[in-house]
Amino acid sequence: MIYVEDKNLVIPGQILADDDYYPGRGTFKEDGKICSSLIGLVSLRNKKIRVIPLKSKYVPKKGDVVIGKINDVRFSMWDVDINSPYSGILPAFEVFGRDKKELNKVYDVGDVLFLRVIDVDEVKKAKLGLKGRGLGKFKGGIIVDISPTKVPRLIGKKGSMINMIKNKTNCKIVVGQNGLVWVKGDEDMEQLTREIIHTIEVEAHTSGLTNKIKNKLCLAIDGELPVEETEEEFVLEKPKLQNFKEELEEEERAEAEAKLKDESEEIQEAEVESESDDVEEDAEEEIEVESESDDVEDEAEEEKETEDKPNFYDVIEELKKKNQNKKDKNLSYSDNSKNNSFILNNR
Amino acid sequence: MDIVPEITRESITNLIFNDKREDGRALDEYRDISIETNVISKAEGSARVKIGGTQVIVGVKPQLGSPFPDTPDLGVLMTNCEMLPMADPTFEPGPPGDDSIELARVVDRGIRESELVELDKLCVEEGKHVWMLFIDLHVIDNCGNLFDTAELAVMAALKSTKIPTATIVDDEVVIDKENTFDLPINNEVAMCTFVKIGDKMVLDPTLSEERVASARLNVGVTKEGRICAMQKGGAHPLTKDDIFSAVNTAISKTKELIEYL
Amino acid sequence: MSEMIREDGRKYNELRPIKIEAGVLERADGSAYLEVGGNKILVAVYGPRESYIRRLLEPNTGVIRCRYNMAPFSVDDRKRPGPDRRSSEISKITADALRPALMLENYPRSMVDIYIEVIEAEGGTRCAGITAASVALVDAGVPMKDIVVGCAAGKVNDEVVLDLSEVEDKEGQADVPIAIMPRTGEITLLQSDGDLTEEEFQKAIDLAMEGCMKVSELQKEALMKKYSTE
Repeated sequence: MIYVEDKNLVIPGQILADDDYYPGRGTFKEDGKICSSLIGLVSLRNKKIRVIPLKSKYVPKKGDVVIGKINDVRFSMWDVDINSPYSGILPAFEVFGRDKKELNKVYDVGDVLFLRVIDVDEVKKAKLGLKGRGLGKFKGGIIVDISPTKVPRLIGKKGSMINMIKNKTNCKIVVGQNGLVWVKGDEDMEQLTREIIHTIEVEAHTSGLTNKIKNKLCLAIDGELPVEETEEEFVLEKPKLQNFKEELEEEERAEAEAKLKDESEEIQEAEVESESDDVEEDAEEEIEVESESDDVEDEAEEEKETEDKPNFYDVIEELKKKNQNKKDKNLSYSDNSKNNSFILNNR
Repeated sequence: MDIVPEITRESITNLIFNDKREDGRALDEYRDISIETNVISKAEGSARVKIGGTQVIVGVKPQLGSPFPDTPDLGVLMTNCEMLPMADPTFEPGPPGDDSIELARVVDRGIRESELVELDKLCVEEGKHVWMLFIDLHVIDNCGNLFDTAELAVMAALKSTKIPTATIVDDEVVIDKENTFDLPINNEVAMCTFVKIGDKMVLDPTLSEERVASARLNVGVTKEGRICAMQKGGAHPLTKDDIFSAVNTAISKTKELIEYL
Repeated sequence: MSEMIREDGRKYNELRPIKIEAGVLERADGSAYLEVGGNKILVAVYGPRESYIRRLLEPNTGVIRCRYNMAPFSVDDRKRPGPDRRSSEISKITADALRPALMLENYPRSMVDIYIEVIEAEGGTRCAGITAASVALVDAGVPMKDIVVGCAAGKVNDEVVLDLSEVEDKEGQADVPIAIMPRTGEITLLQSDGDLTEEEFQKAIDLAMEGCMKVSELQKEALMKKYSTE
């Protein structure tokens, strides 16, 4: 027996279902009843109930990418504030290997870095590392902070939201899973992006948000609403596109090898997990497809994008994304060649 | 985050350099201001004031007490401030710290030195009984610029204060709480706070602006445009020009603030 | 049951008017405002967060710390600022009343701070504080088994009545504040102060629990109101 529907708003202690369902994250089982432990939205997938929190502190998880601030420099490590009840440490070894160098000459107190959580110990202290493309110290730009629970919404389905913002504002944007966002671009665009990000945070659970944000951006930047280039026109039928998809992947692989990956892809990778939480209003089928990979997520975090059954919508989205990424890449590539400042290579 | 990220320091400084701010205001513009009075029925005077997200509640309570020996015919003002731990993740529970005491004293200075409360009318029996006004400031949300918010709240609370009538009957003070009179006030005061970022003086700083600022200046000005209280804070110096330009701005801006009362 | 009308015109089982609002402060992680009768209570929650008070932390769970404080202007005669014996006791029992509902196992070595400010007091502030604190905890996203709710019953003029006002508390014969987890009906706070027979005590508990259930609905409404539009 179930007492709630998918996407219902629930509060702590609220009974969600009897025990013919499975308690997922954000729930607990007591006396044969599954109850919510949080204020959040119900996510119902194949008899598994989860509650997606509306508000929550970031708790570090192995493999996450986060934005952190150097709080202290010690003998052989940096203390890093990762916007969490748990601070992170960046061991000197992760940066220098066996070399001995003065730590504060490399990263000093107040520096903001893009890092990966390489391990979390039993008291949740996070060990951080910088091995990976796109990781390192930020130069310039601004930091915007949002609730970590709103990160998936900011990214959007397969990066649709974040790529749209990047495109419109011409800003580089890096999203940490701990709710900190780095934005760099034209000064006014940075401020506009900050405003847009906060709007997304506040309106995360309203429908049609991507379009609303798009209109807002277009009004602010172009002074007019965008020409209707509706996505519906692509969703004609569902032809078999298996080969097309493979071609795309092929192309992507080649491209990835040819060029340096920029930071946007780095996030894309890390964001896979969060995508399912994203509530997109149209494209019912899309959600269906998503949901299949959804259950895998809890158990195995990595590599589920490939398991998605491709449909036409997906392919189009990817194609668009790729085009956007190309632009982004060019942009950041040329930027990197000018001064190798943004991504600091540590070896 | 206690330590300001270096890139935040840079971006705010650059914005200010171009006469811009994170929230789109001009350098001499206030955030939204709201004032409510008589918010606490058990206090004889009270107000809740918000400037942006910063929020202060003030309660005024009169109590009979003895005057100071050197002013036997004058009432007494006491200003106390609690920077509540609820207001800011860095505020700690416990007795008022330096910041809290400074805030209380600077706000008090504006009220006291403008002599707007007619203390002689708070005397019940010379040398023996006077009204002591306890002004308690409760900071409940800190989003920057506590000084101006607190001064406005104290001013609003004082203006709403009712004092019970007290008479001497057979050497005893008889207090009649039913019959009250308005606290006699003959002036109004407001405070403008500036912080220095780069070479600019910025009015009504937000929390992040306060944190990257090199120095602070509070200017208390009366309704007639006379300077009644000042305080310079922060680790770095100000130039004479910084101060003169701030005072000039303060004299026009306090007029705007006083209109809210 | 008697049809006695109380000093303020309420029936024996009637609550004072209540207003609850969730998420009222900018800086706090969670907050709530509650008015019941003449009480005005503001609660802020910070956390789970790192704490440097190492001795308070536990290796396998998060801990809570509660501070109940009355504003100097919240009562008729100005109260000296700072903690006293009464507020220290209330802080402690409030933390004890909330703790059974909290699920902080996923936040080892962290601390949740609950700051209860009585802006104005008119009898029953401890229950009001607990009720508001629960709402603020939910608003902060703290995982909980249930939303704890507090309410008092007492004895006035030899009658057991619900939710004593300040006057009733002063002139009454007994006051029994309780807090419960409404889903299971388990009691997490119980104090009794005054003279009661066993029968009267049972009646008081039943009445207070009834009151709690009513207040609980208002807590839920406040949270739904805050979050359903977002």
